[in-house]
Amino acid sequence: MDFNFTEEQSMLRDTVASYLQDRYDFDSRRKIISSDAGWSKDVWSAFANELGILGAPFSEDHGGLGGGAIENMIVMEEFGKALVVEPYLSTVVIGGGFLKHSGYAGAADLIGSVIGGETVIAFAYAEPQGRYNWADLKTTAKKDGAGWILNGHKAVVVGAPWATHLIVTARTAGGQRDASGVSVFIVEKGAKGVTTRDYPTVDGQRASEVYFENVSVGADALIGTADAGLPLVNKVLDEATAAVCAEAVGAMRKLHEGTLDYARQRKQFGVPIASFQVLQHRMVDMFMNVEQSVSMTYMATMKVDESDAERAKAVSAAKVQIGKACKFVGQNAIQIHGGMGMTDELAIGHYFKRATMIEGLFGSVDHHLRRYEGLSFDAAA
Amino acid sequence: MNLEFSPEDLAFRDEVRTFIAENYPEQLRGKQDEGDDLGKDDFLAWHKVLAKKGWVAPSWPKEWGGTSWTPTQKYIWSEELARADAIAVLPFGINMVSPVIYTFGTKEQKEKFLPATYNGEIWWCQGYSEPGAGSDLASLKTKAERITGDDGKEYYIVNGQKTWTTLAQFADWGFFLVRTDPTAKIQEGISFLLIDMKTPGITVRPIITMDGSHEVNEVWLENVKVPVENRVFEENKGWTCAKFLLAHERSGIAGVARSKRGIERIREMAGTEFSDDGESLIKDASFKRKVAELEIDLTALEYTELRTLASESAGKGPGPESSLLKIKGTEIQQRITDLALEAAGHYGAPYFRGFPDDGDNAHPIGPDYAHRTAPNYFNTRKTSIYGGSNEIQRNIIAKMVLGL
Repeated sequence: MDFNFTEEQSMLRDTVASYLQDRYDFDSRRKIISSDAGWSKDVWSAFANELGILGAPFSEDHGGLGGGAIENMIVMEEFGKALVVEPYLSTVVIGGGFLKHSGYAGAADLIGSVIGGETVIAFAYAEPQGRYNWADLKTTAKKDGAGWILNGHKAVVVGAPWATHLIVTARTAGGQRDASGVSVFIVEKGAKGVTTRDYPTVDGQRASEVYFENVSVGADALIGTADAGLPLVNKVLDEATAAVCAEAVGAMRKLHEGTLDYARQRKQFGVPIASFQVLQHRMVDMFMNVEQSVSMTYMATMKVDESDAERAKAVSAAKVQIGKACKFVGQNAIQIHGGMGMTDELAIGHYFKRATMIEGLFGSVDHHLRRYEGLSFDAAA
Repeated sequence: MNLEFSPEDLAFRDEVRTFIAENYPEQLRGKQDEGDDLGKDDFLAWHKVLAKKGWVAPSWPKEWGGTSWTPTQKYIWSEELARADAIAVLPFGINMVSPVIYTFGTKEQKEKFLPATYNGEIWWCQGYSEPGAGSDLASLKTKAERITGDDGKEYYIVNGQKTWTTLAQFADWGFFLVRTDPTAKIQEGISFLLIDMKTPGITVRPIITMDGSHEVNEVWLENVKVPVENRVFEENKGWTCAKFLLAHERSGIAGVARSKRGIERIREMAGTEFSDDGESLIKDASFKRKVAELEIDLTALEYTELRTLASESAGKGPGPESSLLKIKGTEIQQRITDLALEAAGHYGAPYFRGFPDDGDNAHPIGPDYAHRTAPNYFNTRKTSIYGGSNEIQRNIIAKMVLGL
């Protein structure tokens, strides 16, 4: 057992942190998210070329840094501290995950262009009716010669406005909620029949409703095995969930630190409000929530390569902890900031908004509790 | 970062597991199975087995019998002890006073007390709390006045009252916080004394707790004569020892491995009990949800403790972060006893202590596992109160970790 980071991993963290400190402060971010595009291509190209971090979790054979889930965790935690909106999660963690795990024929080329910053991926998995059941799909892909025809509507596809490619889940067989019959495709966003309605999200990102209308793709669009894509989706989404746990840890650290700083400065009744025991204990409870979240993020990240059941149980347990902690730490950060916490001017509200969206991302606390129970009780019983 | 056990770790685990299986005292196993109270001989039986093997004080310095185990090995050790339902070695000598002695004591004190404590020849009790000094420990009033005896030697004459003194009814020696300078600021006039419990003037009176057990006592000290060489560290610097000891007391207090066993037992009980629907209780959605949340919280605590152990092995002693382990660990212990009582249903109520057995084995009164659920629940309320209440632990984190 080893809880230490390697020298390379510590360097990766330092590299990302110092870049973000210099170039992605709160005002810079505000300009980026309020621009027409809603993201910064310059920042993205700096990630690719200056920092080289878009290759962090890819093997050296693919031109990457030879890392994996731990490297994703490091990058995502730093991104959480700076509220980075650029789509590392959907492109590198999720897109990269599908390309690495599926034996996809075009993987080497695509990974190369992900690392180079040219390919940007969004993951179109959710549907208006499906909530957190990844198999609940009305989107269909029908066999058409060697290729496929896609039809359907994907909901709140984060990063889609910036994407060159969409990875799409679609039903190729079975009923609407069957576990089998799910397949995964990669589609160029410019393909004929793909339309999007783009919009901002409450936490400063951009997303789209994506519509597929008789979109014709070749046989090479299929990632993994036809009809048997759900285990791959679960694996990649578990890796993504571990990564957003790390992002949440970064955001929660800032929520907690910001609250401590504010409570030390803010005076009422002639003294700093940090001197009030009722607030001290609240801030201690926030601290404990953050530390327990760090622990669970480490645990889940170190278990993502274990068996499907072990991985799923670990990730769901972590997401339960992180979901609860995001709510507790976020709400109390706002409360202790008082009226100032309500303003758009202070960073604290922006961290709160991101933390709140992470609560529901890839499944709520209730969803993951149910999943954990299924694995921990029902499977054993 | 990885969670793998090395081949050496796995070999160690097998060695430990076999050792416990082959050497755990039969008399103890029997009493534990029956739910009987354990006496001095029971505790010492296991202590002495471990002392003989060299495993009674893994965290001590090597020269005094420590094992130099890695954090991973310590983790395996506590897991295996809990897995075998082995009782814990009592903390007062091994984990509390001894670290103070080997850190602050004189050569003579180390030689006199450490081997004897190691071998179970000295049973220690802790004289800290007083009727008027609980969370505000530094306000303690037991006073020690220095005199020159008729033999020309220096002594302290100790007068006062200590309370909540755990298992003092069995103790050979006690470590006491006493006031040696009543004029100084409250934390600067305290000294740390080792007192032979057979000294004239010491009276130990039982306190019976609501679960019916005799665990804690009042200790009265009336003109108790203590040689000055039994003071550890400088006069009026006892608070340094006290704080040091409390930090040691908190490490290991998380009790993760034992809580894992506790949850396993709840699962077993709830597999036998029925829900209102006639299903197994463990399938009841509300009950299952509580167990799941408990398990997840325990996992978070487990990994927090592992992170703490890893940073301790990097050279840092137990720091104020251990307050987190104390708070979360005791909350979880309490939730476990709460859920166990809930699972027991009707048969949480019967109470057999001191009640004559009618010998009717043909008609057992409820399942065996149910009998102790209520006393355990009542008794475990102590965990968030002792060792510095959980509110005091929050004060410590606020001050020492958050800098508030």
